Amino acid sequence: MMNILLITEQRDAQWNKTSFETLAAAQQIAAETKSRLAAVVIGKGVATLAGELAATRLDEVLLVEHDLLAAYTPDGYTIALQQVIAQSKPDLVLFPHTYQVRDFAPKVAASLGKGMIGDCIGYRQENGKLIFVRQMFQGKTAADVVFEGAAPWFATFQAGAFRADLVAQGAAKAPVTSISVELKPEQIRTKPLELFREAKQAVDLTQAPILVAVGRGIKAPENIPLAEKLAKLLGGELAASRPICDEGWLPMDRQIGSSGQTVAPKLYLALGISGAIQHVVGMKGSRTIVAINKDPNAPIFEVADYGIVGDLFEIVPALNEALEKAK
Amino acid sequence: MKIVVCIKQVPAKDAPLAITDASWIRETDIGYEMNEPDSYALEEALRLKEKHTGEVIALSMGPERVKQTIKEALAKGADRGVHIADDKTHTLDPLGAAKSLAAAIEREKPDLVLTGLQSEDQGFGQTGVLLAELLGRPHATIIMQIEAQGGGLRVKRELEAGWFQWVELPMPAVLTIQSGINKVRYATLKGIMAAKKKEIATITRESLGIKHDPTQRIERIYVPTKTKKTEFLTGTPKEAAAKLLEKLKHEARVL
Ligand SMILES: Cc1cc2nc3c(=O)[nH]c(=O)nc-3n(C[C@H](O)[C@H](O)[C@H](O)COP(=O)(O)OP(=O)(O)OC[C@H]3O[C@@H](n4cnc5c(N)ncnc54)[C@H](O)[C@@H]3O)c2cc1C
Ligand SMILES: Nc1ncnc2c1ncn2[C@@H]1O[C@H](COP(=O)(O)O)[C@@H](O)[C@H]1O
Repeated sequence: MMNILLITEQRDAQWNKTSFETLAAAQQIAAETKSRLAAVVIGKGVATLAGELAATRLDEVLLVEHDLLAAYTPDGYTIALQQVIAQSKPDLVLFPHTYQVRDFAPKVAASLGKGMIGDCIGYRQENGKLIFVRQMFQGKTAADVVFEGAAPWFATFQAGAFRADLVAQGAAKAPVTSISVELKPEQIRTKPLELFREAKQAVDLTQAPILVAVGRGIKAPENIPLAEKLAKLLGGELAASRPICDEGWLPMDRQIGSSGQTVAPKLYLALGISGAIQHVVGMKGSRTIVAINKDPNAPIFEVADYGIVGDLFEIVPALNEALEKAK
Repeated sequence: MKIVVCIKQVPAKDAPLAITDASWIRETDIGYEMNEPDSYALEEALRLKEKHTGEVIALSMGPERVKQTIKEALAKGADRGVHIADDKTHTLDPLGAAKSLAAAIEREKPDLVLTGLQSEDQGFGQTGVLLAELLGRPHATIIMQIEAQGGGLRVKRELEAGWFQWVELPMPAVLTIQSGINKVRYATLKGIMAAKKKEIATITRESLGIKHDPTQRIERIYVPTKTKKTEFLTGTPKEAAAKLLEKLKHEARVL
């Protein structure tokens, strides 16, 4: 029996959808541990969102509004949530692991002298103890992590770790309680400016039926044409992991992953890509995934339907040759 | 501008990882390197120094071997190094590690602290934000551009899905740096020679006198269990390629 608090995320009164994945996780934990679950909506002009949330299976929705919360700042959110936590006294505080949450959740926890287990991909209950599962070594290992010391405990769940469509609706509307917080302009030290996108996209990879994606295993920019040829022969487009775009070997608009594009083609071929979670979240919805990697333990094989363990510089030419012959 | 860059040494990307005592990996027989985002943070610090003058201090906590990474930073142009000597860094929780780093940073009173956005071994993704809280400084994370102006900073934050945001903040501040913010330099022979004369101050972690009760504990690390059944295609490259095309045509029906 715990008091669980879920912190949802919105921007300009639009949900960050990961909120609902974490809501599904929170509902599941609450049901299994017979806990009370409340969810927080924080911002300005977000009462409608609180109303929407109240339709899901929750014991309470906490609405936290203030002029100084209209735009996200780490100071504003931290100070507001400290007050919410002081009032609602949760044992466990859950967040979706978004870029915004990474920016302030550890601060909230540390300001209370508490710790956070970040970026969890799942949890288990063993003998009444909650065990959180997270990745280490870029996904090459998983770790079971437990909290030590007194509550409140803080944890974040990675995007895609739980399914938003499993959120349970409530039998009745949950009560919405407004919590007023005190916040002064001088407490907010950073000044957020406009959001923008970089120069417009030249290709729309989300529309490509087949993607051939290259990772650092491609070694050098001179080798990219090898993959490009495969993409052409398959009638697909070329995509890449982040380091390839960081290096400038391919333009940014070909980057797949959390900071790039999210795609779901019918075929995704990953060449020399290790399968770090920030890449995988952008492509795991693909219908068929093929991974070619010389490391049999590369995490990419966890999401691959077909795998070839080997040197891409031997396999890709063989693929190209076979496809050319078939023409 | 006085800048402290926090640099973690992590297992090399291609290091074969063997799990040993259930909660860590075998440390012997593997190569180590500078955590990738940290090398971008170091480069950014060197550029800021070149533009605005000042000092760059490379700070790393860990066993004796991390000195090698500090030396690499010195060879690239950092002015001096600080090594928090500690054989048990990998057993610290994020808050415990951050408290130790913060204590060493406090002694330097820098204008700016740079960290990588995430480490490639433990991957907490928290240390920079925790440092900001512990040091009582404003921060911004996942930074892709830094402009110093007046006494403050204008920085470009990366958001999800290709979005960005400019943020202004006063100094002293803490920033976490994203890979790709710049093009990192290589150490020159001259730099390597110059580094030999640069100072690396060693402080033991115990001597920092940190009081901390761990907030979390790793019970076990293990190779992840597969959620999807991968069909591995074997044989010579030619055979594997032929089998794959066959499967894609007739089984997956995507070609
Ligand atoms: C906040 C954040 C956001 C991020 N956003 C993204 C993102 O949007 N997209 C993204 O991709 N990454 C992103 N990353 C980076 C991500 O964590 C990984 O670092 C990155 O995806 C690794 O790219 P890679 O697989 O190409 O390289 P590596 O991890 O270096 O993997 C290279 C792989 O190639 C294999 N290989 C090497 N040589 C060969 C060969 N000859 N034949 C076959 N295989 C070979 C190796 O076994 C290895 O598995 C982000 C990270 C953070 C912290
Ligand atoms: N032991 C350490 N020594 C120096 N810097 C560190 C150490 N641990 C973490 N950091 C810094 O904190 C960043 C984020 O690490 P983490 O919170 O583990 O993902 C790294 O990129 C480093 O800049």
